[in-house]
Amino acid sequence: MTNASETVPEPFYAFSAKVRAHVASGARFAGLMASASGSDTQLMAVLSHRGTLLFERTTLPASARQYPSFAPEIASAHWYEREISDLFGLASVGRSALEPLVLPLASAARRPRPGSGEQMPLPSLDQTPPMTRLRGEGAFTISYGPVRSGVFESIEYLVETPGEEIPSMNLRVSYKHRGVEKAFEGLSVDDGVLLAERYEGVATVAHALAFCGAIERIADLTIPVQAGYVRVLHAELERVANHLDSVIRHVEAAGQAVAFARFSLHKEHVQRLRSRLCGSRFGRGVVEAGGVSGPPAISAAQLLRDLDGLEADVRADAKLLMNTPSFLDRLRGTGVLSPGTIVAYGALGPLARGSGVLEDVRFARPYAAYGQLGHRLLDVAGDGDALARQRVRVQEIEGAFGLVRRAAEELAERGEPHDGLWSVAPPRVSGEAVGWAEAPQGEVLTWVQMSDGVLTRVKPRSASFHNLAMFPLAFPKDILTDFAFIEASFGLSVAGVAG
Amino acid sequence: MPWIPRGLRNGIVTTGYPRKPDGYEAKSRGTIEVNSVRPTPLIDDVMVACPTRAISVDDGGIRLDRGKCILCGRCVDIAPQNFQFSPSFEMSELRRAGLVVPTLEESDSNVELVRETLARRVKWLHRSIHVRHVDSGSDGADEWEIAALTNPVYDVQRLGIYFTASPRHADVLLVTGLGSVGMVASLRHTYEVMPEPKVVIATGAEAISGGLMAVGYATRGGVSSILDVDVYVPGSPATSFGLLHGILLAVNLLPKFDKSVGSDERPGVGKTRRGA
Repeated sequence: MTNASETVPEPFYAFSAKVRAHVASGARFAGLMASASGSDTQLMAVLSHRGTLLFERTTLPASARQYPSFAPEIASAHWYEREISDLFGLASVGRSALEPLVLPLASAARRPRPGSGEQMPLPSLDQTPPMTRLRGEGAFTISYGPVRSGVFESIEYLVETPGEEIPSMNLRVSYKHRGVEKAFEGLSVDDGVLLAERYEGVATVAHALAFCGAIERIADLTIPVQAGYVRVLHAELERVANHLDSVIRHVEAAGQAVAFARFSLHKEHVQRLRSRLCGSRFGRGVVEAGGVSGPPAISAAQLLRDLDGLEADVRADAKLLMNTPSFLDRLRGTGVLSPGTIVAYGALGPLARGSGVLEDVRFARPYAAYGQLGHRLLDVAGDGDALARQRVRVQEIEGAFGLVRRAAEELAERGEPHDGLWSVAPPRVSGEAVGWAEAPQGEVLTWVQMSDGVLTRVKPRSASFHNLAMFPLAFPKDILTDFAFIEASFGLSVAGVAG
Repeated sequence: MPWIPRGLRNGIVTTGYPRKPDGYEAKSRGTIEVNSVRPTPLIDDVMVACPTRAISVDDGGIRLDRGKCILCGRCVDIAPQNFQFSPSFEMSELRRAGLVVPTLEESDSNVELVRETLARRVKWLHRSIHVRHVDSGSDGADEWEIAALTNPVYDVQRLGIYFTASPRHADVLLVTGLGSVGMVASLRHTYEVMPEPKVVIATGAEAISGGLMAVGYATRGGVSSILDVDVYVPGSPATSFGLLHGILLAVNLLPKFDKSVGSDERPGVGKTRRGA
């Protein structure tokens, strides 16, 4: 390997020093994103200091094909560096081999370089799947995926095991890489929202909110007050649905047939309620840049009536489940993430909150109407195991129902916006900004660059991308039969990782 | 033990579909209908606004390709005289061309031929249908709709439909996602190890046409570039009811009834003659 300092420009070192200094002073490393601009590559590091976002930037010229890695000090930077290596052909130097993450291409292959606006050739369909790498003595590798038993998104877990324990694991998400970031190039804002919704389909509303938040920041728009409440309503129902999905996966793994049927039924009722509110079971088409497409399709009174039954059903079953010893035994002490790991990897969402790191974007950097709604503190022990994460989700379901209720009441009280408009069309502007939202999985960040109303670079960063990197570390004392529980307790979506 | 009475708490929640229509879907946005094929000057705006270029105009008037439609509803907003949301979810088709509505009349006899050929192929599956799902680059929502088929509302086991862990036991391959390059080898391999007869269902606009991402460096515009598709289930994502219709269509277990909404007198599944 050549010495990185030969080609790396001086400003990079200043950038790198600032990022390291932020992390040393306790800021959470929240992402390293890149955007091609001509033959140069812009790099942006995002950090969160007590909930406030900090941005550091630099530009690498075409002559610099590599840069010194952050990963030795900042563990969570590693996956971002792998992704940048795949998409931009820019390698980080300083840690062991940089394996492909989202795009398994030969090293000489042309890179998509999102932001450049250049067309890529169509792909060849004759790809050979990547080889499984073996290491360690007496250990063998179980290749689990990409087609697994059950209805799952495609992902491959390469579990290295001497028999039962799981000392190390590798993940491959590239199977379902769609090239979404490149597909944003040249789209209008309106089309961009539709694509953002499909970046991570189970967190449709959160991704639309983060994307539109960035647009509204660029255009300096204030959304109608009522639109903020509609946004909260849909975002919180999305949270309920996702957390119920996580519960379903837990009880399915535990073989709790009645609980499985009950929670599946509740989730179906939530999805149906969502479709009655907007026509889509995933809240698609609700969030627009500048507001929302309209009020809920059913009255607030009807919504509150429906919530009564649904909430009572969920609460009763959740209470019973959290008092079912045979279930709790499977989760207690399973998949423990140490506080050290949580901090080093900057864990997000319920995963972090299960270990006592309570940061929640909804209240740290309020968006939509969260600033006007009360903040309900979680009561968690922070044990860091699957049970703690499950407790967080059960409490968040309660909290989300409360927020839906509050939003519906506010909407009933306030009526239509003054001018009858539920959204303010954004002007055709240029600029860039980062938007955010707390998806059910955790913080979503979306970096948007646009020129005269046309998107030039959109980089959504899902919580799943950030959190999945920790998955191999969640098996300190666990064995193969715990796998399903630990996966369920992470509650992630692969689409948001593979991009 | 306390779970047993819990299972009885809400009584019977299972849908009557396909024996009779389900009230829920009647209230949702299942698809978009072309209610008038005569274009107005607004049609140019509609064609530009459609994010997946699903709308075209030919000699017969306006046509909508449901295989591309992601149900954003812009056409309905701009030209309500031509387009409207419809609650119907029985949109699955045996031919790609059948998703372009209104369909050309001359193709109707073709449909029967395709239907009969498929019916002969799946004849011996009877009422034990094993389904294997493979994700080839979905956004994740499609999997939720498929997983929902086993919840007590849809309860597909009552119809003899089971999800199977191994493709070697599968009769139906349910493919989600836009056919990502990374999944080509795994998808082909899964298909190859399935025993005959086998049926491939493409679910959702992404799997049928690529949807919003028809062209890209990692996609080839749907799974039909990788496998021969037998049944197309439109939607974004395809809803659970839409999937149920698609699976029943694939294995020729749909009760024979008029497609128009509201006909309550439908024969039960068990009474249906197959291959007729």
